[in-house]
Amino acid sequence: MEEIIAVEHLSKYFTIHNLGKHIEALHDINIAMKEGEFVGITGKSGSGKSTVFKCIYRTYVPQRGSIWYNSKKFGPVNLTKASERQVIYLRKHEIGYVSQFLNVMPRTTARELVKQGVLEMGRAEDYAEWEAEKMLAHFELDRELWDSYPATFSGGEKLRLNIARAMVKHPRLLLLDEPTASLDYTSKLRVRELIEQLIREGTTMMGIFHDLEFMENLCHREYTLRDGKLVDRAAVNLY
Amino acid sequence: MKDFEQPVLRVSHLNKQYGKGCASCRDAGGMVLNKNFCPVCATVYACRDITFEVYAGEILGVVGESGSGKSTLMQCLYFDQKVSGGEAYISSYKSGRENIFTESSQQKRYIRNRMMGKVYQNPVLGLKMDFSSIGNIAEKLIAAGNRNVREMEARGKELLEHVNIPVYRIKEAPRNFSGGMQQRVQIAKALSNNPPLLLLDEVTTGLDLSVQASVLDLIKQIQRRLKISVLIVSHDLGVIRMLADRTIVILDGRIVEQGLTDQILEDPQHGYTQQLVQSLLV
Ligand SMILES: Nc1ncnc2c1ncn2[C@@H]1O[C@H](COP(=O)(O)OP(=O)(O)OP(=O)(O)O)[C@@H](O)[C@H]1O
Ligand SMILES: Nc1ncnc2c1ncn2[C@@H]1O[C@H](COP(=O)(O)OP(=O)(O)O)[C@@H](O)[C@H]1O
Ligand SMILES: [Mg+2]
Ligand SMILES: [Mg+2]
Ligand SMILES: [Zn+2]
Repeated sequence: MEEIIAVEHLSKYFTIHNLGKHIEALHDINIAMKEGEFVGITGKSGSGKSTVFKCIYRTYVPQRGSIWYNSKKFGPVNLTKASERQVIYLRKHEIGYVSQFLNVMPRTTARELVKQGVLEMGRAEDYAEWEAEKMLAHFELDRELWDSYPATFSGGEKLRLNIARAMVKHPRLLLLDEPTASLDYTSKLRVRELIEQLIREGTTMMGIFHDLEFMENLCHREYTLRDGKLVDRAAVNLY
Repeated sequence: MKDFEQPVLRVSHLNKQYGKGCASCRDAGGMVLNKNFCPVCATVYACRDITFEVYAGEILGVVGESGSGKSTLMQCLYFDQKVSGGEAYISSYKSGRENIFTESSQQKRYIRNRMMGKVYQNPVLGLKMDFSSIGNIAEKLIAAGNRNVREMEARGKELLEHVNIPVYRIKEAPRNFSGGMQQRVQIAKALSNNPPLLLLDEVTTGLDLSVQASVLDLIKQIQRRLKISVLIVSHDLGVIRMLADRTIVILDGRIVEQGLTDQILEDPQHGYTQQLVQSLLV
């Protein structure tokens, strides 16, 4: 396959058994991306943006459609059908997910957290240490914070740690779910710089951004969702 | 492509019933059962058709309500109970080609002593309460074939230190210890033979929150450092969330759902799992 990822006819609803309720979240979504692209997903709150990402990451199980991902290790895999262990492998080695929330083990320092990302790829202890420090410095997390617990970090610091943790693996595909939400203007600018840098480094990224104008001139293409459907079948080409 | 790695433990169609069964429960496919219990003959179907795999270096969580069959499953795997049916294979035993449930009792002892460690829900079952703590560990080491007293003492000391039992207390009997300390001695004992597979049954139940947290930390640390596979059973989804990569949900002895832990938590498919997750949120 030519694309790094191709979402085809993806539909997702949630069934809440005790209420006998169905929630339509996505209907017939088609998205394709080439390597090195940065594609933006926009849409109002509740339109289904995060659901697309969570289906790709297999946090959500879609009812219909396929998500073809061209893996370095496995070749083309349908992420909706891949074994759990394959998905775990891909999460460890190829696909990164960054959100505004930091979901971490308590009592793990920032340094440990980033280092863990390298260790779980099977690398040696001192290499992991070195890489972790490089990343923390690269994303300008204050040195004094390296050995403290992220629970007390500010929103911007958590985010930079989050990105460092994802980037230390050099993922082939990075999903950014509203990384700038709830940040002040200066921190947003820092994130924008980070993303520019990742684009230059050739990372394939899909990003959800609330305030689109902020990402202007950054996304190569953009898809818009409304009520779980793509507004136009094809993405708007921004260049 | 699906089998890019081999499981450390493969369990297939494990069944365990307490009681002989009768005409009405045997053939009815569970129709007359009240949960897992036959009201006619009082047979308990504790584990029904349990199939799963554990892979190298992963923590697999098993969650389910009280009486759902979690401890029975662990007992069957550790040969504390005889299975009623089904198979299990361990990759490090005869290259994973022999069903360990049908091996001789001598072979079962060998497997248990060399390839598994277990922490019991009830520490009384896992420890000799009147032996010294280090003696408890030596017991497992001897069972695994060790004979060198000095070596065993060093190993026991190292393990107990590792689980934060102060050196000056290692000669004390677990009877004198708090619940959290007893669980930590059990963990040290279970690890003593460097098993590829660690079975943990409700390790944190009944401990107060801060002690719980330290035991959970310890497990995560051990698993990272030693890269062993862990099967952890809990009725507490919070424990599973913290530790497990993948999770199995059981209800009345059956697996009703299994998946990546974040999927089980964020997009539970089965009504029972949804109920469990909801109770975690409130
Ligand atoms: N030795 C036994 N004889 C008869 N019935 C038993 C025996 N051991 C367990 N059972 C029954 O098997 C079922 C499963 O019990 P088990 O101890 O495996 O549950 P559990 O999931 O570990 O529960 P808990 O969360 O309370 O520890 C229960 O109905 C129990 O009464
Ligand atoms: N885990 C879930 N369980 C039930 N409904 C959900 C879940 N996640 C999302 N939804 C629903 O799916 C729809 C899309 O949500 P989401 O993808 O989070 O929107 P967005 O990210 O665009 O704001 C909403 O109606 C939301 O309530
Ligand atoms: Mg969202
Ligand atoms: Mg039990
Ligand atoms: Zn019966």
